[in-house]
Amino acid sequence: MLPTTAQRRARAAATPAVGTSTTTAAESPAGTPPRKATRRAGSAGKHLHAGRITYGILLLFTAGSLFPLLWTAIAASRDNQRLAETPPPFWFGGNLLTNMTTAWQDANMGKALLNTTFVAGTIALSTVLFATLAGYAFAKLRFRAKNALLLMVIGTMMVPPQLSVVPLFMAIAELEWTNQLQAVILPMMVNAFGVFFMRQYLVNALPTELIEAARVDGAHSLRIVWHVVFPVARPAMAVLGMLTFVLAWNEFFWPIIALTQDNPTVQVALTGLGQGYVPDESVIMAGALLGTLPLLVAFALFGKQIVGGVMQGAVKG
Amino acid sequence: MTSSRTEPLPRVQEDGLTAGADGDRERSQERRGRRRHRWDARWSPYAFIAPFFVFFAAFGLFPLLYTGWASLHRVSLHDPSHMEWVGMRNFSRLLEDDFFWNALQNTFTIGVLSTVPQLLMALGLAHLLNYKLRGSMFFRVAMLTPYATSVAAATLVFTMLYGRDYGMINWGLELVGIDHIDWENGTWTSQLAVSSIVIWRWTGYNALIYLAAMQAVPDDLYESAALDGANRWQQFLHVTIPSLRPTILFTVVVSTIGATQLFGEPLLFGGSQTGGGSHQYQTLGLYLYEQGWFDFQLGRASAIAWTMFLILIVIGLLNWLIAKRLNKTH
Repeated sequence: MLPTTAQRRARAAATPAVGTSTTTAAESPAGTPPRKATRRAGSAGKHLHAGRITYGILLLFTAGSLFPLLWTAIAASRDNQRLAETPPPFWFGGNLLTNMTTAWQDANMGKALLNTTFVAGTIALSTVLFATLAGYAFAKLRFRAKNALLLMVIGTMMVPPQLSVVPLFMAIAELEWTNQLQAVILPMMVNAFGVFFMRQYLVNALPTELIEAARVDGAHSLRIVWHVVFPVARPAMAVLGMLTFVLAWNEFFWPIIALTQDNPTVQVALTGLGQGYVPDESVIMAGALLGTLPLLVAFALFGKQIVGGVMQGAVKG
Repeated sequence: MTSSRTEPLPRVQEDGLTAGADGDRERSQERRGRRRHRWDARWSPYAFIAPFFVFFAAFGLFPLLYTGWASLHRVSLHDPSHMEWVGMRNFSRLLEDDFFWNALQNTFTIGVLSTVPQLLMALGLAHLLNYKLRGSMFFRVAMLTPYATSVAAATLVFTMLYGRDYGMINWGLELVGIDHIDWENGTWTSQLAVSSIVIWRWTGYNALIYLAAMQAVPDDLYESAALDGANRWQQFLHVTIPSLRPTILFTVVVSTIGATQLFGEPLLFGGSQTGGGSHQYQTLGLYLYEQGWFDFQLGRASAIAWTMFLILIVIGLLNWLIAKRLNKTH
């Protein structure tokens, strides 16, 4: 293995890679040892330093990603009259707190935020717990029909939520659960993606010997889960928890049907705003900002982990 | 799950225990332990996967089948427990309804308008993000931020940006000499606007997925391509893209499923279930919602849901066939 890599590097050094030579030359001044330079040329197209154009395009897309959110805040800090003028405002006004207070009271955003925190938190906890248990079984335990069952789990990801809406609605009408939070929590307690995500993580992260050693010591399976599986799985559990929380926070279709403005989640309250519950545009924007802010804060704090989670789920999924 | 703890002691063993001496007792205890152990090892996997399957059966599989059953009945929203058998009439009605075909066509158009640019841009962005970058984590987090924004919040903002009289987009267009566009009332313009919300929310997410796949491409492939004299663009075309084929297929499937179910964006863009004054951007999801919760016909809503499911199955099969064909040719 080693000699071939070295040979390839040497060859790569002999024939400068097309289209990359300028970057290589620019990035490695005369003083740098030649070995470093050859490595860069060798991995052409992969670990090149970005040029100005690359940074320019990326900054443009970053601006595009962030601008609508920034403008939400700007519009939320103005008043309705200012928003009905051209040119539109590009900087903050002084009405942010007033508008937020109005949204909090008139659009029931306070209750909505509280409800959504509870709903999304419960869903995230149960998803992580059940996904870890099932993921561990699929990754490390032997049982009959394992592969067929795992395929079934993956297959369930294809079923769209619209297909369960009518019967679920009939069920909550029967149980008189309309407008109650358990109606939106229960259908989302498990998640096929989560099971798959945990399985992929535990297959590599959890040494089988560790489980066997614990079993030889006489530990029963729940003890093993608690003392061996959970500690190993903790980083993936945290990431899955955050991803699930984001998804549950933003869940739209079913809550709109199951809940009303009397006991809304954030998305239900925002829908009320969008359908003319409150006619003031700046208040609508204040509501949108309030409903998004908790997740934006979470992104500022845990962005790295969430990005890692999305990428991890992707490679293996 | 807790059954391994509370498992009753086997009778036979217990009898032996009372009769035996101390040594026997120890041995039989050990045997009992081993037996419990085996029982535990055998059944605990099922206990661990049971919660998922129980919940899926209750809130996924059963509703799926029951929706099929309900689609063969007349069910009113006001009295959902009363079902009247109508056979295939809900489906035949659907096929005669112009609004169904309209919604189907809109779903398709918006799906193409949103998915194709979104995935192409994501691919390009991932390629750029794969360079050695200063502040690469900042770029990644920033591009994922729209994903954290809910459909509702995003649509409310975009609706304002697309406003006819005071929207920022029309103001910008005016600067370059284009007259005000009535985004919401035009067919193409409204569909473009709705698509742009989808694109905004999902491009960064897909870019990260592609980036993850790109980072898994072995260096050797690039090295030998470089040796063959391939420039950066050729490397992207002949090394990166083919290596990413499974990931690309995966994102196409996921985006297609998402596009088929599109609901929140068109609902809030105009604020009503009709999807615009002349239903110009009403999608299938919205049409289902209108039939069920505004025309009170849950049976018809179920028929639409099952039609969507069948469409997804056809799309899934097509994808599978394409994937198979591609694998064969390469």
